[in-house]
Amino acid sequence: MKKGVMRPGHVQIRVLDMKEALKHYVDLLGLIETDRDESGRVYLKAWSEVDKFSVVLREADEPGCDFMAFKVVDEDALKQLEKDLVEFGSTITHREAGDLKDCGRRIQFTSASGHCFELYTDKKYTGKWGLNAVNPEAWPRGLKGMKAVRFDHCLFYGDALAETYDLFVNVLGFYLAEQVIDPDGNRVAQFLSLSTKAHDIAFIMHEEKGKFHHASFFLETWEDILRAADLISMENVPIDIGPTRHGLTHGKTIYFFDPSGNRTEVFAGGDYNYPDHKPTTWKAEDLGKAIFYHDRVLNERFLTVVT
Amino acid sequence: MRQFNITNKTSKQSFVCREEDYILHAMLRTGIACIPVGCGGGGCGVCRINIISGKADFGRMSKVHVTDEQLNNGYALACRVKPKSDLVIECAPNSKSSQQRADLTKQLNEVSQ
Ligand code: FES
Ligand SMILES: [Fe+2]
Repeated sequence: MKKGVMRPGHVQIRVLDMKEALKHYVDLLGLIETDRDESGRVYLKAWSEVDKFSVVLREADEPGCDFMAFKVVDEDALKQLEKDLVEFGSTITHREAGDLKDCGRRIQFTSASGHCFELYTDKKYTGKWGLNAVNPEAWPRGLKGMKAVRFDHCLFYGDALAETYDLFVNVLGFYLAEQVIDPDGNRVAQFLSLSTKAHDIAFIMHEEKGKFHHASFFLETWEDILRAADLISMENVPIDIGPTRHGLTHGKTIYFFDPSGNRTEVFAGGDYNYPDHKPTTWKAEDLGKAIFYHDRVLNERFLTVVT
Repeated sequence: MRQFNITNKTSKQSFVCREEDYILHAMLRTGIACIPVGCGGGGCGVCRINIISGKADFGRMSKVHVTDEQLNNGYALACRVKPKSDLVIECAPNSKSSQQRADLTKQLNEVSQ
């Protein structure tokens, strides 16, 4: 967080059909609807988050991810980051306060991998959903489905990983937590973090720019992952893989698809880092085990199915 | 309830699909694998097909993978196709992704051998 970029703030996901999408994100995943806007976008949050929203759904003809945003500590840091981005060579687009409801001004830029990112510092603080600010109970009643605890990270597919690394590490202040290196010494996957978390964002090498692999939500325990798997079967939702464990980050995980084909992950556990930790390295030859620790083989779908 | 035969012209495989089911989901239930399976939601384009003959209804699908014009010309994503008659189809992946998939399948098979 050395440049003032604090944490993942929100992700805007395109869906083909809003009604179907809400069944997925609200009824199944357990996010809470907090608002809608004139353009038809729907705002959602997970219960333990303190700000008003972390997921924005937009109906469109092409599924995928519009942008992922990070919250910055204060306005001064945001101004400095904007200068640094311009110096780095990024083109900045300004989004006025209120363009996303109850969110302050945002600056947008595109990574070399072809993904749009945002920085902002203000968003309405609504507190944890269903809990008192003073003497809060352990969890709120009335949560649905998988009861997602928080929006945690995204994985993007694209090329130009080295330039993207440069942007995230040297300009935005992320650090490299984990990587996959091919036999020629090229980094083909990079897991980047701002915090003690195993990752706040990840990129995997892919020919085509700007692809969205998944948005991930935190659950507390392995038991919660199994329960998520049960719900996925009960609802006949297309499953990608799991419940299993990742080698990378060692998180316990399950992947499934929303009704527009965007991948969702819920995961529990995983590694932690402090500033004295060195990056963890996996060899590309062992990618099967790195991604799916138990099967130790990659399913082709993990590599090729993106929106 | 009506049900129809779906035939892949290239692989000569057939399976039965009820009229309210998407053909990719029906194929998965039968255990036959004559169309590649991706997201199941009309988003990834992996299950792209060409409908050579027959009538069908369509759910919403990504226009990146099937434009309106292509839809009129018989292209579709199998996970968004509900049959209204017997169908004869062939796989019609978009060139780039299909080559990538073919390469990957080869690599993965080499590794597992
Ligand atoms: S399986 Fe992804 S579009 Fe049909
Ligand atoms: Fe993930």
